[in-house]
Amino acid sequence: MTGAGSVRHVYVHLPFCRSRCGYCDFVTVVGRAGQHAAYVDALLVELELEREALAPELETIFLGGGTPTFTEPGQFERLLAALPAATELTVEANPETVTPELAALLRRRGVDRVSLGGQTFQPELLRVLDRVAGPDDVRRAFYHLRDAGFDNISLDLIYGIPGQEPAGLDADIAEALALRPEHLSCYELEAKPGTRFAHAHGDELRRQAEAMESYFERVVETLVGAGYRWYETANFARLDVGGRDLRSRHNLAYWRGRDYLGLGISSVSTVRGRRWRTTPRLGVYLATLRAGRRPPRELELLPEPVRRAERFMLGLRLDEPLPLAELADEVDSASLERLEQLGLARTVSLDGGETGTSAPALRLTTKGRLLGDAVTADLLA
Amino acid sequence: MDLDKIRNFSIIAHIDHGKSTLADRILELTKTVSGREMRAQVLDTMELERERGITIKAQAVRVTWKGNELNLIDTPGHVDFTYEVSRSLQACEGAVLVVDAAQGVEAQTVANAYLAIENDLEIVPVVNKIDLPQADPDEAAKEIAELVGGEPDDVLRISAKTGDGVAAVLDAIVERIPRPSGLVSPEAPPRALVFDSSYDQYRGVVAFVRVVDGSFAAREPVRAMAQGTRFEAEEVGFFAPTMRAAQTLGAGEVGYVITGLKDVSRLRVGDTLTSERRPAADPLPGYKDVKPMVFAGLFPTDSDDYPDLRDALERLKLNDAALFYEPETSQALGFGFRCGFLGLLHMEIVRERLEREFDLDLLVTAPNVAYQALERNGEWVEVHNPAEMPRELDAIEEPYVSASIIVPKEYVGPVMELNNDRRGRFDHMEYLSPERVLLAYELPLAEIVLDYYDQLKSRTRGYASFDYDVAGFRPGELVRVDVLIADEPVDALSMIAHRDAAYPRGRALVERLKAEIPRQYFDVAVQAAIGSRVIARETVKAKRKDVLAKCYGGDITRKRKLLEKQKAGKRRMKQVGAVEIPQEAFLAVLNLDDGSRR
Repeated sequence: MTGAGSVRHVYVHLPFCRSRCGYCDFVTVVGRAGQHAAYVDALLVELELEREALAPELETIFLGGGTPTFTEPGQFERLLAALPAATELTVEANPETVTPELAALLRRRGVDRVSLGGQTFQPELLRVLDRVAGPDDVRRAFYHLRDAGFDNISLDLIYGIPGQEPAGLDADIAEALALRPEHLSCYELEAKPGTRFAHAHGDELRRQAEAMESYFERVVETLVGAGYRWYETANFARLDVGGRDLRSRHNLAYWRGRDYLGLGISSVSTVRGRRWRTTPRLGVYLATLRAGRRPPRELELLPEPVRRAERFMLGLRLDEPLPLAELADEVDSASLERLEQLGLARTVSLDGGETGTSAPALRLTTKGRLLGDAVTADLLA
Repeated sequence: MDLDKIRNFSIIAHIDHGKSTLADRILELTKTVSGREMRAQVLDTMELERERGITIKAQAVRVTWKGNELNLIDTPGHVDFTYEVSRSLQACEGAVLVVDAAQGVEAQTVANAYLAIENDLEIVPVVNKIDLPQADPDEAAKEIAELVGGEPDDVLRISAKTGDGVAAVLDAIVERIPRPSGLVSPEAPPRALVFDSSYDQYRGVVAFVRVVDGSFAAREPVRAMAQGTRFEAEEVGFFAPTMRAAQTLGAGEVGYVITGLKDVSRLRVGDTLTSERRPAADPLPGYKDVKPMVFAGLFPTDSDDYPDLRDALERLKLNDAALFYEPETSQALGFGFRCGFLGLLHMEIVRERLEREFDLDLLVTAPNVAYQALERNGEWVEVHNPAEMPRELDAIEEPYVSASIIVPKEYVGPVMELNNDRRGRFDHMEYLSPERVLLAYELPLAEIVLDYYDQLKSRTRGYASFDYDVAGFRPGELVRVDVLIADEPVDALSMIAHRDAAYPRGRALVERLKAEIPRQYFDVAVQAAIGSRVIARETVKAKRKDVLAKCYGGDITRKRKLLEKQKAGKRRMKQVGAVEIPQEAFLAVLNLDDGSRR
């Protein structure tokens, strides 16, 4: 099923949604049920065209959106059946789309990880976000997945929603923890320029900015206290599950600077020093692939120094020390010294294992991770 | 040349009242330039002068009218150059005073007319722009007659634009202005007044002179009596309007001397030239060493441009003896120069020439005046930079100016209020006409340097005209206010303020800085202090979060670009102790914003 290349991670973009959420800036397509089949056809053609780049065995596939689970079930199942095998297969789901039937379909087709977009359990905040699901839908979806046998469920939470009080944030975290998900992704809401949301709530968010500054710390403290590993800036994995590593293997691939192939409109691929973004236009995408040609792409070349800077930037998001062997040139040593004095970064020695040697590595402290962007900008030579 | 056939005169006017246009018409009418050569405002050579409509450097042109040799000496039109104006006027026997028929007498008209009268010049009053629909020549003539004495009927009415009445002006120059006096004999020890100079990169310093006694010829050894500078006259001649070499320049004549000197500062305006072979006993009166009164720091925006800025200042200085500069190092702004200027306009001209002619991107700090400080050891020192003001001292003196403000009478109240706020001392008030009032005040120059023009304009809806002359140093209740960021004093932000204004200005500065300083990894105190006494304090709170949440495959390029931007921002940071402050923050506080320029 796979090729002779080296790419071990595949992202598949399914853009269809029932309605658009005000805060979202992903490329999404509302409705268009009639085009789901054509889109799946196109994805499969695209996969064929790129197959050469793929390694004989894939490590992860991630289906994101949009709302992948909004895709017409027959077409969705056809896609899942046609995808190559992978060690981790994740699907993003919106609560209102998760029925026992859908959960069974996912299980049947080898999906072993579901990322559920809960966002918040406060009805009024869900309305602010234009979410279709209510708090009960989130819980119900979660149980449907559990009932179907899923033992690796991730829940997305959003904090910093206009009108969200500290008590509301605490309640959200408590509700999420009560479900005992294996994984949590917690994002601060960004009012991205150009979204309806930025237009409607930008001023309010700016007013609340100072009060909400402490929310991130609060999220980290509470989740770490509840037994989760804060393994990436916005991601937490449960530790009390008998030695299972519940971090997202797919996303870890991004943060470790691995190559990945993206399929579908607006998807991004990074392969052997080239990065490209496929056209966001559905019509163009369908037409070119129907003709058996690659869809238009925006190409970016990534010379080695740029790749190193990216590995450095991404690596510092993780809780594991970043080996400096190859990245020593990227670090500004004067800044490092200053940041160590301020208790934001620390150099450590990595045990070389069997070779008995030790290698220098860099990690950020908790405070340093909360200020990760500024610290990274300081450290980068 | 027979002295009876020579007339030396200037044209004096308020800005935009038509001085240059009249000069152009005179050149045309006397056929000094052909119509084909005629460019508007021939005398203003520099690009900048043409654009700003003002004349920076005086020049002299010889024209012939009905068998007479007329020397038109152009004067700079602004108060900053009062000394140069007075030297130009000293080279003349008469002045054509031009007043706009629609505007009437303005502050600069008054200042220039008084200067002319002080120099015993015969004044030929002229009302210009009579062709304008809103012109009121009779009213303007009445105001001039009131100002300089005489009858309104003696005031000529012209339009320099159309040429109407210009011939009558030339006739009046010949009839009313006296012939030059002086010792004509070739044996007389020669004396010539240097009323201006300019620098030519091939021929060195060119002196503009009015010969008073005797005569000067090429190849003659010459001495500048006040400065003692010696040189050989390489060439003498006159402008008509371009340089024409002559055998000699005789008594009463106006022209140039090519000195071969490589530096204008060796030949100052106001000095007297004499012959080394037959030296005069006494120099002509009135030489003065003009001192800059307004100072500001000039820093290149890009520190790599420092050598270019130094070269540019060196070159400007060749042609501008009044410009002063010395290297200055600021922890906030890096390497630059503290420059001294005659006034705000002089400063603006230098800044614009640096930016335009030398293509430099400059940061100019808020200007301050020169102070005299009496140190504890009993010695007076002149201080050009608030950061250099001794913290321990017995007294400070600051420069005051005599200011004339002319306003329609309904604005007298607001102007008096402004002047009181600015520590002004009322001197007297005169009605120039039933509608217009002249207010004479003494004001600290420091108050004028601080946005006075803007305030005056806004409080009088732009109707005020304003002029001043430095009147000398007076003691003041002044204190040095320092700014401390995280307990480190920041030199570039020190200021000298009147004791009563120190608190509100310190408060405002600290608040402004709090808004401009980005949040750091720790709390940063921003304080204003007089000595060890803190008068204002704000805290820039430490930031608690600075990381973007989502970063997956499709976000990496965008995140990297944001990081590069953040990194580039860091590079522009200046380190003040442990605190990083972007240069823009200093700019916001220090730079002259457009509003405070004239």
